Formats: sequence, structure tokens, C-alpha cells
Amino acid sequence: MSALLDALLLRAGYNAALVAVGAGLLGFAAGAAGTFLFLRKRALVSDAVAHATLPGVGIAFILMVALGGDGRSLIGLLAGSAASAALGLLLIEWIARRTRLAEDAAIGAVLGTFFGLGIVLLTVIQTMSAGRQAGLESFLLGSTAGMLFQDAVVIAVGGTLAVVATWLLRRPMTLVAFDAEYAAAMGFDVRRIDLAMMGLVMAVTVIGLKLVGLILIVAMLIIPPVTARFWTERSGRVIWIAGAIGGVSGYVGAALSASAPAMPTGPIIVLSAAALFVLSLLLAPGRGVAAAILRHRRFQARVHRRQGLLALARQEPIREPYTLRLLAREGLIRPDGVPTEAGRAQAAKVARDERRWDIAREVHQDAGLTGRYDGLTPIDRVFTADEIADFDRRLGPPALVEGTA
Amino acid sequence: MGAEFVQFSLTPILIGTLAAIACALPGNFLILRRQALIGDAISHVVLPGIVVAFLLTGTVAAIPMLLGAAGAAVVAVILIEAVKRLGRIEPGAAMGVVFTTLFAGGVLLLEQTDTSSVHLDVEHALMGNLESLIWFRATGWESLLDPAALAALPPELGRIAIAAALVAVLTVVFWRWLKIATFDEGSAQALGIPAAALGFGLVITAAVAAVAAFDAVGSIIVIAMFICPPAAARLMTNRLERQIWWSVAFAVLSAVLGYVFAGYGPLWFGSTNAVSAAGMIAAVSGVILGLACLYGPHRARVGAGREDAA
Repeated sequence: MSALLDALLLRAGYNAALVAVGAGLLGFAAGAAGTFLFLRKRALVSDAVAHATLPGVGIAFILMVALGGDGRSLIGLLAGSAASAALGLLLIEWIARRTRLAEDAAIGAVLGTFFGLGIVLLTVIQTMSAGRQAGLESFLLGSTAGMLFQDAVVIAVGGTLAVVATWLLRRPMTLVAFDAEYAAAMGFDVRRIDLAMMGLVMAVTVIGLKLVGLILIVAMLIIPPVTARFWTERSGRVIWIAGAIGGVSGYVGAALSASAPAMPTGPIIVLSAAALFVLSLLLAPGRGVAAAILRHRRFQARVHRRQGLLALARQEPIREPYTLRLLAREGLIRPDGVPTEAGRAQAAKVARDERRWDIAREVHQDAGLTGRYDGLTPIDRVFTADEIADFDRRLGPPALVEGTA
Repeated sequence: MGAEFVQFSLTPILIGTLAAIACALPGNFLILRRQALIGDAISHVVLPGIVVAFLLTGTVAAIPMLLGAAGAAVVAVILIEAVKRLGRIEPGAAMGVVFTTLFAGGVLLLEQTDTSSVHLDVEHALMGNLESLIWFRATGWESLLDPAALAALPPELGRIAIAAALVAVLTVVFWRWLKIATFDEGSAQALGIPAAALGFGLVITAAVAAVAAFDAVGSIIVIAMFICPPAAARLMTNRLERQIWWSVAFAVLSAVLGYVFAGYGPLWFGSTNAVSAAGMIAAVSGVILGLACLYGPHRARVGAGREDAA
């Protein structure tokens, strides 16, 4: 536990601290950039982009070795991965635009093919004399164990730059994500902004390769926005909430992973984000499951209460146990089912409103007003006090409910 | 093409081919139903399924592994549906949330358990191990008639053969239903076809194919097998029957060419080491799809040429 605390408070060594901060920044950028993708309903494009980085890593390694280096420069490998990711992205767009295949087929085809090619290159590299300790497999699932100082710096700096780019691009990208046609009418070049958006996603993917790995980086782009969507209906806020969720999961995940053995960084970060997702799915106000159940229960209670009161007013027996429980709990009936004073008053009111609605339907042929009758909307929310007074005049004096006097 | 071929290449080629066919058949329908990425999701969750099966049984026997993987696929499909409905989230994002989480869980479990004594590692699960499935007892073509040698065939061959046969039989049995439900779900329901159950069954069939193929080609390359051959076939014809045959042909071509390029290709360049066969199969299938995109007679989304070509 103290090891985790140390890692969380950045006391687990300079490298670990740098990695945790970098993961937090990267998580923030990924969450924010992923929001644009999510709102454009293109979340899984990022999966293909991530898998398409693998052949680039392999080719960059081979090129660097051929040019006389040791091939392990992180910047070189990341540049290669960016190039092949861009190629994969262009191919997806080309297939979806030029052929009759749908975008999902294009995504899957590029993903599988590029990954297969990447695996072929990895086996080629394993047979090269320089390739035996290349450790390129760490790009699959991410690994911060034994990470070099300059690699940690690359992640921290890259994460910062990605956050800055998100901040600079937030307005045009929000606009395009929500309403591309409106953005076009406002004079924005939608295609270029889309390109910038994909560029940002690609940058996040590439920076995250070493940390989370190419198979799981897509989770950093998808889970935070989906989670954030539970907490707000406002466009501008989704981005920052998603960024915060991504940042927290990145930071906590990296710290957890540094604090114990056999805790691979990428999966831990993803699982942290997933835990936040499950919490939000269940507990978020408004869109969460618990809130929906609560809403449903309240609605049910209102329907049962009204039906019960109407039955009381008509002096019909109530047999539904839930209705009886509900009315008894509110003190409207006695345990033997006889209405109390309050119960009779409430029943009279419900019955009177019901008769007012009948009159209202005769007076107003307009379905726009009377169509709002659902048995639960109070009549004084639809009609003015004057109108209700008019209904009452037509109704005649209030009829006595049996036993009220 | 002598004894050495039978011993080292015949069974991997057969396994690769059968795996490719088993995946391509359901892939045709997944593509037409715009569910191509279900294959992606399933192939990722196979890993956690296998890890859990290993943790429960403590062995790497085939049957528990297959059951675990199939179970994980079912769980994933149910979870995706639940997230989609409960959270009102679009399908792509729901899929992304579920399969990455399950995959991350699988990797974590694998790292946390001591699997050093058994052959179960992430890279094998991702990349497959086609090359190792050799027929060690074979001495030449005559071994095909030798019961003792046949008994020593790699067990993966039997499994993938059964899976491929099962997928093929299911495709034939449900052919009419699948065809109607894929193209017109409304009329399928009007005809009393249980379209929802059929869709679920299709996904489960795809899962079975993915799990059986997983042994040989690894979990990621399965995606290419699901999508590339059927997608290329889709660009060749307008008739579903022909599309299925094209996809099977492309699947076989990818598997055979991929294996040959992987095994013998490096020799042509003067290298002595073979490269990953599974990766090469996926790459070849991608190249075939690329050629179909460029030259397929029915590649265009809308085109005047389509009617006269048909």
C-alpha cells in the first residue's frame, strides 16, 4: 500500500514520476481527442489507426539499423509508426469512398492486414543480429519497465503538446463534431478540421504506443468520452470531463503499475478507466442505470397513487397490494382499507380534476392542449386559473364524495 | 514436394486454409449486415476466455480452452448489448469499451499468474503459431494411408476441420433464413423468421470459428480472415451465392500463398529464417482485397457499369 502511495505522490523514483505525469497528460489528451471521434461516431477508426502503427515501427527499426544505428531510438520508431498509421487512415478513407464497402469493413480490413504485416516484420527483425533485444514486442501491450529516461521525457513532452493542441483546436472541432453542416455553413473547412482531428488522434496513439501498447490505446480514446457522456448533456463539458477521466486513469494506472510487480501498465490504465466507466454507467445522475430505475419507480408510484385515489373516489375496492401499501404509507387509507380524512380530500381533488379534463376536452377541440392529458400532468400546468374557473362553472357546484360530509 | 513437404508444410497449409474458410463464411454475412467489427471484438476477447479457462482448470487442454473462449465471446456480446441499451451508447463505442476492457483484464490475469511452466503467452495468443503445427510422424505422401502416422496428426487439424465443417453445415442449413434476414430484416420478421435469434446465432458461429482458428493463426489475424476475403468477394459479384464461393476461393488463396511466401519467400531473398505465416496470410488477404478494390468488376458504390456487367 505504501508503495502505491509513494507512486501516487511521485516518490517512486524520477523515471516513475515522469511516466506517471506523462501518462496523466496523455490520458487527458486522449480523452479530449477521443471525444471528437466519439461524437462523430467514428470511435473504432482509432482502433485501425492504432493497429496500423505496427509495420511502421518495424520498418523504422530496420531502416535505422541499415543506416548504422542500433534502431532503438524511440523518436525514430514513433515517426515510423505515425507514417504507417497515416497510410492506414488514408486507405480506410479511400476504400470507404471509392468502393461500395462500408467503413466498418474498411476498418477491419486495414486493421487486420497492417497488423499481419507488422507481425511479419517483427519476425524478420527477430532474425536480424541487432533485433534480438529490440524489445519491439513491448509496443504491443506497452511497458514502462526499464524505460529509458529520454523515453519518459518523450512521453511527458508529447503528452503536454497533445494537450496544448487539443486546447487550441477545441472550438472548430467541437463545432464539426456536433454539426458538420452547420460548421460548413459558418465557413469552416470541415475536411481540414476532420483531418486535424484524425491527426490529433494519431499523435495520441503514437505517443501512447510505448505506454499502453497499440492494442489497448484505443481504449484511452473511447472509454473516457463514453464515460463523460453520462455526466453532462453539454457539448463543451464532455471534452473536459473526458479529459479529466482519461488523465486520472492514466496517472493512477501508471502509479499502480509502478508500485507492484506483474502489473502491466497498459492493461492497468485501461482497467482504471473501465472502473470509472462502470461507476458512471450505474450511478450517474440522469443517464445512469440507478437514476433510471429510481425514475421508473417514482413514475410507477404516481400512477398507482392516482389509480388508487380514483378508486377511492368511485368507492371501488382496491385489490392491488402495491397501491394499498402506497396509500397506507402516505396516510391516505387506514390499514383496513377505509380512506382517512386526508385520503378522502385527495380523492375528491383527483376526481374533480378528472371531471375538469372532461370539460376541457369538450371546450377545446385542440389536441395540442388536451393531448397533454396523460392522467399525471396536473391540470393547472396546462390551463390558466381563469380557464379552470370556467370549467368549474360548467361543472356546477362540487359534488360531494360519498361520506365526506 | 517430397517427404519434407508432407512433414513440415502440409498440415500448416491445411490448417490455415480451413481456418480461413471457417472465418470467411460467417464473415460474408457480418459484412453485409454492417457488423464487420464484431469479428474484431470477438477476436480480442478470446484471450481473456482462454486465460480464465486455464485458471479454472489448470491445464492447457483444448476443450476447456475452446469452451472458455466461446464463453468469453458470449459474455462479450451480451455486455456490448447491455452497454448499448443501458447507457444508450452507439454500437461502435460500446464495442470498443467492452472488448478493450476484457482484453486488458485477460492480459492482467495472464501476467499475475505463473504460466511459465505451460505454453501460454500473450505473443502466441496474438500472433498464432502456424509453423509449429507440423506432422512429425510423416515420412512422405504414403503416410496419408498409414494409420499410425495419421494418429499423430496435430490435434489442431481435427479441431479446425470440425469447426469448418460445422460452420459450412450451419451456413447451408440456415441459408434461406440468413439470406432474407441479411437483406431485409422487416420481411424476414413478416415471414416468421426469428431474425434476432438468427443474428445472435451468426455471432456465436463467428465466435466458434474465431476460437478454432485462434489456435493456428492467433487472435488478431483472425480479423483479417473475417473481413478481407468476403470484402474482396463483395466487389466481384452482386449475387450472394457467387460472393460466398469467391470468398472461399480468396480465403484458400490467401492461406496457401501466405504460407508459401512466409516459408519460402525469405529463401528467395537469401535469408534462412522463415517469417510469421499467420501474419503473411493476413497481408496476402489484404493485398487481394486491395486488388479487388482497384479492379473488381462491382467495386463502385453506384455505377452504370454494374448492370451490364451483371
